[in-house]
Amino acid sequence: MKIRLFRPWSVEHFLAALPVSVKQIVVLDRTKEPGAAGEPLYADVLTALTEGYLAGKSPLPALPMVTGGRYGLSSKEFTPAMVKAVFDELAKPNAKNSFTVGIQDDVTFTSLDYDPKFSTEDDHTHRALFFGLGADGTVGANKNSIKIIGEDTDFYAQGYFVYDSKKSGAMTTSHLRFGPKPIRSSYLISDAHFVACHQFPFVEKIDMISSLRQGGTFLLNAPMPKEQVWDNLPIEVQRQLIEKQAKVYVIDAYGVAREAGMGVRINTIMQTCFFAISGVLPKDEAIAAIKKAIEKTYGKRGRIVVEKNFEAVDTALAHLNLLELPAEATSTFSMRRSVPLAAPDFVQDVTARMIEGKGDLLPVSAFPDDGSYPTGTAQWEKRNISLEIPVWDESICIQCGKCVLVCPHAVIRGKLIHPSLLENAPPAFKTADAKWKDYKDLKYSLQVAPEDCTGCTLCVEVCPVKSKTEVKHKALNMAPQPPIREQENRNWDYFLSLPEFDRNKLNPKLVKDIQILQPLFEFSGACTGCGETPYVKLLTQLFGDRALIANATGCSSIYGGNLPTTPYTTNAAGRGPTWSNSLFEDNAEFGLGMRLAIDKQHQYAKELLERLKDLIGEELVADTLAAPQSTEAEIQAQRVRVEQIRERLTGANSPLARDLKAVIEHLVKKSVWILGGDGWAYDIGYGGLDHVIASGRNVNILVMDTEVYSNTGGQCSKATPRGAVAKFAAGGKPTGKKDLGLMAMDYGTVYVAQIAMGANDSQTVKAFLEAEAYDGPSVIIAYSHCIAHGYDMSHGLDQQKLAVETGYWPMYRYNPMLAEDGKNPLQLDSRDPKTPLRQFTQNETRFTMLMRSNPEAAEAFLKGAQKDIEDRWKLYKHLASMEYGVPAEEPPPEPTPSNPAEVAARKNEVQ
Amino acid sequence: MNTETTYMGLALKNPLVASASPLSREIDHIRHMEDEGASAVVLYSLFEEQINAESQSLDYFLSSTEDFHAEAGSYFPEMVAYNRGPEGYLEHIAAAKAAVNIPVIASLNGISPGGWVRYARLMQEAGADALELNIFLIPTDLNHSSESIESNYIEIVREVKRNLRIPLAVKLGPYFSSMGNMARRLDEAGADALVLFNRFYQPDFDLEALEVVPSLNLSSPEELRLRLHWTAILYGRIRADIAITGGVHSGYDVLKSMMAGASVACVTSALLWHGIGQIQKILKEMTDWMTEREYESVTEMRGSMSQRSVADPGAFVRANYMKVLQSYTLRSRVG
Repeated sequence: MKIRLFRPWSVEHFLAALPVSVKQIVVLDRTKEPGAAGEPLYADVLTALTEGYLAGKSPLPALPMVTGGRYGLSSKEFTPAMVKAVFDELAKPNAKNSFTVGIQDDVTFTSLDYDPKFSTEDDHTHRALFFGLGADGTVGANKNSIKIIGEDTDFYAQGYFVYDSKKSGAMTTSHLRFGPKPIRSSYLISDAHFVACHQFPFVEKIDMISSLRQGGTFLLNAPMPKEQVWDNLPIEVQRQLIEKQAKVYVIDAYGVAREAGMGVRINTIMQTCFFAISGVLPKDEAIAAIKKAIEKTYGKRGRIVVEKNFEAVDTALAHLNLLELPAEATSTFSMRRSVPLAAPDFVQDVTARMIEGKGDLLPVSAFPDDGSYPTGTAQWEKRNISLEIPVWDESICIQCGKCVLVCPHAVIRGKLIHPSLLENAPPAFKTADAKWKDYKDLKYSLQVAPEDCTGCTLCVEVCPVKSKTEVKHKALNMAPQPPIREQENRNWDYFLSLPEFDRNKLNPKLVKDIQILQPLFEFSGACTGCGETPYVKLLTQLFGDRALIANATGCSSIYGGNLPTTPYTTNAAGRGPTWSNSLFEDNAEFGLGMRLAIDKQHQYAKELLERLKDLIGEELVADTLAAPQSTEAEIQAQRVRVEQIRERLTGANSPLARDLKAVIEHLVKKSVWILGGDGWAYDIGYGGLDHVIASGRNVNILVMDTEVYSNTGGQCSKATPRGAVAKFAAGGKPTGKKDLGLMAMDYGTVYVAQIAMGANDSQTVKAFLEAEAYDGPSVIIAYSHCIAHGYDMSHGLDQQKLAVETGYWPMYRYNPMLAEDGKNPLQLDSRDPKTPLRQFTQNETRFTMLMRSNPEAAEAFLKGAQKDIEDRWKLYKHLASMEYGVPAEEPPPEPTPSNPAEVAARKNEVQ
Repeated sequence: MNTETTYMGLALKNPLVASASPLSREIDHIRHMEDEGASAVVLYSLFEEQINAESQSLDYFLSSTEDFHAEAGSYFPEMVAYNRGPEGYLEHIAAAKAAVNIPVIASLNGISPGGWVRYARLMQEAGADALELNIFLIPTDLNHSSESIESNYIEIVREVKRNLRIPLAVKLGPYFSSMGNMARRLDEAGADALVLFNRFYQPDFDLEALEVVPSLNLSSPEELRLRLHWTAILYGRIRADIAITGGVHSGYDVLKSMMAGASVACVTSALLWHGIGQIQKILKEMTDWMTEREYESVTEMRGSMSQRSVADPGAFVRANYMKVLQSYTLRSRVG
């Protein structure tokens, strides 16, 4: 029985729907209500049955036996095998109540076992699996295929699309079913007639063939001549293909796409191959249908786009080859391990399963039971998604550190090394004499993590050095990764094994020195060329070992803490950022809560110190309480004191001593950061953000402003500029961007900075340091280029520069501390706008799509936006030039007379 | 005084034509040109390559973020039309035609054989009075022979002409081994006018950034001489009319152009420098001179100083070059 109207719950209709023969009922709820007597549907069924029975209205002769269970939580699969397990359980004399199905609960043993091989799939339903990349159009092409099959044949069709959690190099799996009978299999395919691998690197990472049924078809996009394909398959894949007597087709789809001028778009090529092999439609009909779909999908984008797609379709089949399988597997290599052997147990046992796409099979006992989750796990997921990586030319590098600063994935790092440590360096490990005035005797190395680099090229773009003999050659140059992968892996491991340079000897105000600070945010799943992550990374370099981060939902929570891996990590001392994600609507308050908790515990620790000073020692207590902690060295000194106190507390077991041990860490200064995007800060979380900055508490708010809701696909926010096309603003946003910075400045007590790393990295660093140092609320609004702007992210930094030069993104810092000294708190860090806004907007699809579809409107918006810029700049100039004197001390008020005669006399005086 | 002239069969009130430039993107500017006295306007060029590039980049940026990850199916909204391609240009032709009475000449830069013909026909349908083919090829491929490049020009002109009712002008650069022969072949291929000469993009070097900077400076009056030279040589020897473009800055430049044998002189840089009002000044300069010298019509002076009309035709051939050099040496010594 399926409940279709849950509320209002109708006892009468429910009872009427029950067959009289019912003896047992099992109620399945897709929810979990901890603490309740039962899940909601289960409780309603029980109530209805009892009420009906007591009122004599039940059609059943007796009360049936009722049990309840949970299924499908967290989008877990619910298959016929699980349904069978439920029925099997029901048949047992002591059938479990409050069971779960679909997970393996080996802690409280509530789950039902099931046989995963049990299947009710109709053999006439064709099942196809496609493995692709998020960016290669596989999903889109499959959606089109379903439409074609649904509309042009008598077949029924169904599609499920599964994505991994990454934004760069994300794998997609499409599950397609089609056949002559209606399809009601609402679960993923595990036994496919057809498996297609659209990305060759997957064959050594993902076990795809185990989903292929005996005698099934495997289609592989292999960027090589067909004669070489077999030898490039891992032994496990070869064995399975032979065992299953698979029909294997290969095509160099990238080659075909290149020839057709399609770049890396292989979707229509692979789609054509699928139709040709599957035979679901006669070949010519299929091609005609694909072309019709192309016309419909791409027609609006321009004739040339359609023509090139047609060309790709027309040439695809000529390049499709059937591979003759040998009798024996001959490969000399195996599939790659999903994590290296050196990874810790948790990563081997849990993380690796998730990376392999088998996370649903993990038992309950595999997970941490206290709600925390291991950090620093992204380093083990060697994703190998870039075919090219930067290579350092140490002979011309000036060691400025700009490349390290802008790297979105922390894959390029600088280190100062004592020469004596280089004795065992791998032969290809590069160093140069350090170009630091005080460290001339040291060596400098700039090293790339070859298997973590996403190939965005931002480091190469930002490199200011050009060779004197060939200007295209820089101090960093992209080179093919495969030939140098192993060598650079050894170099990278060696680089990591070298000790970190003493932070206290570096100047955190200098970009050059910051490159030496260890990032505690690395290898995230953010987009290739992400404009947000460099700011997060910088935050962790400067304050990571004592930072607490409250992260609003959005891109930064996805790349910041999505499973399977965590990019936040710890330093050699085991210190790193504490991170948690909260909602759009409460994240600022969430961070404020962290601050209040820290302050309370800090206060309590101080009180305890005073009360325990006899045990700890007066001098140490006095020093600890008076510690300034405004520099790295001072914080380090405080950490030493805390350790000394801890030692002196060893053995002390009084309630006060125990309490102090619990809160002692809070004697070291903490840095609270509240992170999120513009959707959070400008829109949904604005009320809370405003509340928090008005509180006056010491929190630092970093707004990574991409000017749209990036994570969910570019919806318009109040940060979206006038004239930009976004979801919900398809005709261009008619109103200007909200000035969040100005609103925050209005309090006079909030530190505010507007920054753009690509335009001025020193200003960015200054803003972070000042914001953190300010003992009150700080807001940093950071310009973040984004794929939602629609241009090649390798030009992200150039666009940031243009944003500033045009006045589109004025940079400034507003420091209330200056006002206290009688100075104007607002400092403008960018120059008068000289470049027309058009030069910025013409590079981004979010603006140009309107210029092409509705030029008149686009021009009108552009004029309006140009005026916005001019008006805003005038206002800022005015604010920045105002005189701020220290208020003169007012004379003390004269005492109010109490004698009525005196009052009258005064009155007369005034008149 | 009669300043009238004909150009490709179009009757023009004077020989001063506003040539292709960004100014013609605004209908108000085109109206202003007519008011100032321009006898025709050549619209800015429609670049097939640009339409293609815009379509492809739009497609790339829309496609590469489609079905990108679990929470974002796409990054841009579905629109009724994303890319109008040539539509905007075609509407602009119609709007210009509706706004002014002077002939409106469309300008086309194609890249594909089909593209030249397709867009040419669309422009004709949109109401253009004539079409100027802006053939802009920089032959950087060292494998292409001059012969194959020239054949390419001829083929384009022949194909477009075959598909067009309105007159066809061909704007070309001076860099042919045999300019005269090329002119004759284009003439034979059906060109109704040759527009001499296109000015090419000449990148500059930025020494600070060590970068190549795209640049195209406005023309200088000195550039007129090359045009006068070839017009004088070609006048009367080909059927097609000749238009001079590049270096026309004053009324005197228009007079020289006429005397060399051009039907019209086209002006751009002077308008970009001084504004559209400059048209009237140029025309006044021209007519003042004609009044002073008692010229009655523009027609009578056309070709009066072409190679075949001057006393010393050798002034246009290499021998003369020697003399120029000598006189220059002398002058420098004197100076």
